[in-house]
Amino acid sequence: MSDTPLISTKRLSVHYPLRGGLIGPKPVVRAVEGVSVDIAKGNFFGLVGESGSGKTTLGRALLRAAPITQGDVVYDDGEVRYDLPTLAGSELKEYRTRAQLIFQDPYAALSPRMTVRDIIAEPLEVMGLTKSRAETDERVREIAAKCRLNLEHLRRFPHAFSGGQRQRISIARALVSRPRFVVADESVAALDVSIQADVLNLLKEIQAEMGLTFLFISHDLSVVAHVCDHVAVMYLGRLVETAPTRELFAAPRHPYTKALLSAIPSLDPDDRGKAQRLEGEIPSPTNPPPGCKFQTRCPYAIDRCRKEEPKLDHLGSEHDVACHRWEELAQMSEPA
Amino acid sequence: MTRLLDVENLTLQFDTDEGRITAVDNVSFSLDQGEVMGLVGESGSGKSVTAKSLMKLNPRNAVYTPETKITLHLDDGPVDIMSLSTSTELQVVRGGAISMIFQEPMASFAPAISIGDQMVEQLLIHSDMNKKRAREVSVEMLDRVGISDPSKRFNQYAFELSGGMRQRAMIAMALSTRPKLLIADEPTTALDVTIQAQVIDLMKDLVSEFGMGIVFITHDLGVIAQTADSVAVMYLGRLIEQGPVREVLRNPAHPYTRGLLDALPDLEDLDRPLHPVPGDIPSPLERPPGCVFNTRCSQVIEGICTTRVPQFTDVSETHRVACHLMDQAGGAK
Repeated sequence: MSDTPLISTKRLSVHYPLRGGLIGPKPVVRAVEGVSVDIAKGNFFGLVGESGSGKTTLGRALLRAAPITQGDVVYDDGEVRYDLPTLAGSELKEYRTRAQLIFQDPYAALSPRMTVRDIIAEPLEVMGLTKSRAETDERVREIAAKCRLNLEHLRRFPHAFSGGQRQRISIARALVSRPRFVVADESVAALDVSIQADVLNLLKEIQAEMGLTFLFISHDLSVVAHVCDHVAVMYLGRLVETAPTRELFAAPRHPYTKALLSAIPSLDPDDRGKAQRLEGEIPSPTNPPPGCKFQTRCPYAIDRCRKEEPKLDHLGSEHDVACHRWEELAQMSEPA
Repeated sequence: MTRLLDVENLTLQFDTDEGRITAVDNVSFSLDQGEVMGLVGESGSGKSVTAKSLMKLNPRNAVYTPETKITLHLDDGPVDIMSLSTSTELQVVRGGAISMIFQEPMASFAPAISIGDQMVEQLLIHSDMNKKRAREVSVEMLDRVGISDPSKRFNQYAFELSGGMRQRAMIAMALSTRPKLLIADEPTTALDVTIQAQVIDLMKDLVSEFGMGIVFITHDLGVIAQTADSVAVMYLGRLIEQGPVREVLRNPAHPYTRGLLDALPDLEDLDRPLHPVPGDIPSPLERPPGCVFNTRCSQVIEGICTTRVPQFTDVSETHRVACHLMDQAGGAK
């Protein structure tokens, strides 16, 4: 891991305007609010949270596919350095070859009217990365082989493929432009468990081979625990905790992270009912509660949490948590 | 335990343009009152189709073989479901003795009718309540499943509720007719983990309160471990392993069940590599001969698994498996 992070955000916010509100300030949805996070080069970086937590929006903002309202985002891969919020024109186009997205649903992401070869070749043609058809074919074959697709597959149409194979096609398309940074948004959520492990292993292999940096967005913590080096937890647009995977799973500090971990159904039938249960649901981002965004569901909320929004505290070199009471709670949970 | 449901030799085929497809192949199981049976399998394994057969809820091109027998034991005698044909006859089971909860509650509620009106409508059809009483019962049920301010929610539409709330309303609606059997088709798959935990708790409470039987369809073995008493594992239309939840999860006998468990990430051991089940599930049009799992099985015995359909072998008194390896080991492995 090198010292300069590949992506570094400072107080990044993405707001979407809402309709209505003729008088007074225009109402906005704060989908992502003040997120500061560093993604190191070559990292498999996990981003978790419930639906509505802003994880997809953050991923899109880093690809410049969602509008950045405030804050700084710097992309630096050693060859180029881009200020993402102001990136435009040919530089933005160039950035698109370096940053790619793998979608969630492999059934919706592939055009049924194109052959697999054309689907994978399209980014090369659109971005003008190859000079001849022969060169395009060469690149397509190379990436297809990495994604375990054979020449026979390339001539067929997507309908002939199963979910796992389709996801491998999506991965090949995302990687054909040789990106440095890939956002994988719930890329295994639609797959059966028996296939899911196969796609995860493939992503890890390719990452090691091509030296990629992944932002792996998922709601499934057990998957994240297995593939990611570093994890960030989001809640209602805010980053609530970030740490190296092992540390986060061994010693979660934010009450929300703890609740998320304990909500994972255990495979042991005798473990029933031991999990800590979280009441209620995630509030609407159009009308977030004051103070700490988690206070409405937090079993440890005190007056201060209802008034003052907690800042990210540094626990160690890489472990940050945004909770007023994490120190107290850590002492409480230590075994006597 | 009183027997609630017997399914014997259920075989279901679909007539399609590409030929006759076997979706369920000779499946037999039974369920007691108050028992929760988990039905596990990946997409295309036939688990949803099996569950829908219990109400004959499959499309018109579905063909049941004559050997198929499904018996529901009600207080006033057994009902032979295969013999029911008109919609009036089927109403006894559909929404009456059997209710169903679907995966995507947004798609299952009518969007332009309020939640309350939909709940009242089915009570008027399936019971002799009047409108006023049906309304009371519905509001009571909404309250029972943990929906705050139920009389206000009663008049709202599906789009006004959040995902977790909608699934609760769906459960309230399914249970208000006091069914004997509840079919839950991936009821928590579309929900976030924290909400999933709430819904699972709620379903467990309701089972113990109402004493109905549940067929719980899911692909998530963690959810099975937390809810079910017994498990049935399906693959490509066949039942391959069946038994009490503890035995099947701790001592899986079929290579496919073991494969499913190995493919799951384990939070206790982050260093363990994930082992996928190799290959993809074959298309139902190309069902392999012999054991349906032979194309992906690492322990396949050539000449046996590829030609002969494995019969059930007892692993214990209550745990059985359909695998040739078990025959070879004399059922002792």
